[in-house]
Amino acid sequence: MNMVEEKVNRSKPKPLDIIVTACMIILCVLSLIPIYVLVVNATRTSVDITGNGVSLIPGLNLFKNIETMLDWSATGKVQYDAFTGYINSAIIAFSCTFLTVLFAGATAYGVCVYDFRLKGPAYTFILAVMMVPVQVTSVGFYQFMSKIGLTDNYLPLIIPAIAAPQVVFFMRQYMKSSFPLEIVEAARIDGSNEFRTFFTIAIPMMKPAFAVQAIFAFVASWNNYYMPSMILVSREPNQMTLPMMVNTILSNDKLADFGAKYAAIMLSIIPVVVVYFIFSKFIVEGVALGGVKE
Amino acid sequence: MANRSGGRIRSISYAKYGYIFILPFFLVYAIFQIYPLFNTFYLSFFGNGKKIDEFVGFENFKTLLFGGGFAQQAAHDSFIRVLSNTFILWFGNFIPQIILSLVLAAWFTNARLKIPGKGAYKIIMYMPNIITAASAAALFVMLFSDSQLGAINAMLLKNGFTTETISFVSGKTEARVMIMIIQTWMWYGNTTIMLMSGIMGINGSLFEAASIDGASHTQQFFRITLPLLRPILLYTVVTSMIGGLQMYDMPALYNVGTSQNKFTETIAVYIFNNFHDTSLNNFGYSAAASVILFVITSVLGSVCFAINRDKDVKVKKSKKTSKLL
Repeated sequence: MNMVEEKVNRSKPKPLDIIVTACMIILCVLSLIPIYVLVVNATRTSVDITGNGVSLIPGLNLFKNIETMLDWSATGKVQYDAFTGYINSAIIAFSCTFLTVLFAGATAYGVCVYDFRLKGPAYTFILAVMMVPVQVTSVGFYQFMSKIGLTDNYLPLIIPAIAAPQVVFFMRQYMKSSFPLEIVEAARIDGSNEFRTFFTIAIPMMKPAFAVQAIFAFVASWNNYYMPSMILVSREPNQMTLPMMVNTILSNDKLADFGAKYAAIMLSIIPVVVVYFIFSKFIVEGVALGGVKE
Repeated sequence: MANRSGGRIRSISYAKYGYIFILPFFLVYAIFQIYPLFNTFYLSFFGNGKKIDEFVGFENFKTLLFGGGFAQQAAHDSFIRVLSNTFILWFGNFIPQIILSLVLAAWFTNARLKIPGKGAYKIIMYMPNIITAASAAALFVMLFSDSQLGAINAMLLKNGFTTETISFVSGKTEARVMIMIIQTWMWYGNTTIMLMSGIMGINGSLFEAASIDGASHTQQFFRITLPLLRPILLYTVVTSMIGGLQMYDMPALYNVGTSQNKFTETIAVYIFNNFHDTSLNNFGYSAAASVILFVITSVLGSVCFAINRDKDVKVKKSKKTSKLL
């Protein structure tokens, strides 16, 4: 009976299928439209933008706008230099992602696989501090960093990535549901030492969780405006991250060319969008692989 | 019996590796979070501005929470304002987001729905999240600029929808609603993927068994998906909540120039500006506000976990009972 029904369903889309698909297409359009408008505006002249408002038809002024924008950075009219911003943000984001995923994985593994006296308290501690927002510690953090002379330095932006309680929590949840501890025992019998087991067996098995968390960690770090703007107090142009640079465009009201402003914002998101489309297949696959198969 | 003694041997010989694996986390956490946290508590007992080295006891807390003289009343009023702003903005983007994401996650993972191009939808819906908040803020400020030069205002005026420009950026309700919309736009894809990864972690054979037993779609969602999704759902709720309370980027950046909109100033913006603005140097108020934020987050967080742990214990108990049987 069921089989027959399934076949009928497959040949003809049900009304529910159509409604759901329509909803999804609408949401996709809503998700994309601001970005599309940004790209379109980056190709229009300032007069066109201020005179005609939003348009969905691209103009022909993209290279002129980028030229104007590069001219702004060259003459120091605004502290926006896309290339330097890319490099600065990439250094911080890649370091943070690597440290977060590796050490969160190790911590989750330690709590999950081994029995030791402080295991319970250690994990409870991690759960408890998951609740602590960055803002709560930032006054003390900032004062501490200025006291030891680490403001205007990347270290306070990178090193704390080693301790990411939320990522540990997620990894441990995942490990509990899909990492059989028998594998560790089997590896031991085969003569693998503990670290080798972690690197060559646990990490490959945990790939979906690592992938998802790596992407979230990368996005969080790349988009982070709070910490860099707190630590990089001098606003040195060669040290600023991309989000900080974009903000200088916004807060500078002497820049009259709207097309060039949109072009600058567009350039600031191009690398993330490109990286995203490389990683997005990975994240969707990773999520799909996350299903526990017996 | 054999099992138990095996376990004991394991715990004796491998315990030290447990400590080695978790050591880096705790070391870094102690230096970069615990010490700063205590430092924040310490600073909350000291003065503001020129009196920064003066010990004032609980004066800052008293001022922020209850007001007092003229200057204190102003500080109190602005603290209450940022606190309510924070809750308004959090509810306004969290509620639509979690509902939308749960529905989408259920649809995406439903094998019986025939939706062409699922993969592409997921990628597109997550995309706003990858856009740097600073860039998104800049984009929306320019599009929704208060003046008639703003693209949306220009369009509304031209088509005769309004006769006056709308203060999308500097207004009260307008700016709040805009931030709620932008936050939802940025985060619903992320939440959907988190929930999906949870639903897909549920053993597929459970759904198979249920549908063989004749369970309907809706029954499967409420009886299998939702209960088994609890850990991930909880995780999402808790992180969204923490995210909401520490909302900084959009409220701080979605402004006209560098002047902060008073109606969208959140507690995180307040904390940051008070200690980072060298003309204010209000370390005391900032630290006291941080401590209050810490208390609020702790209370909300522990309520969430108490609910979860309670259910965990029940599950464990029932598992033990079934083993005994």
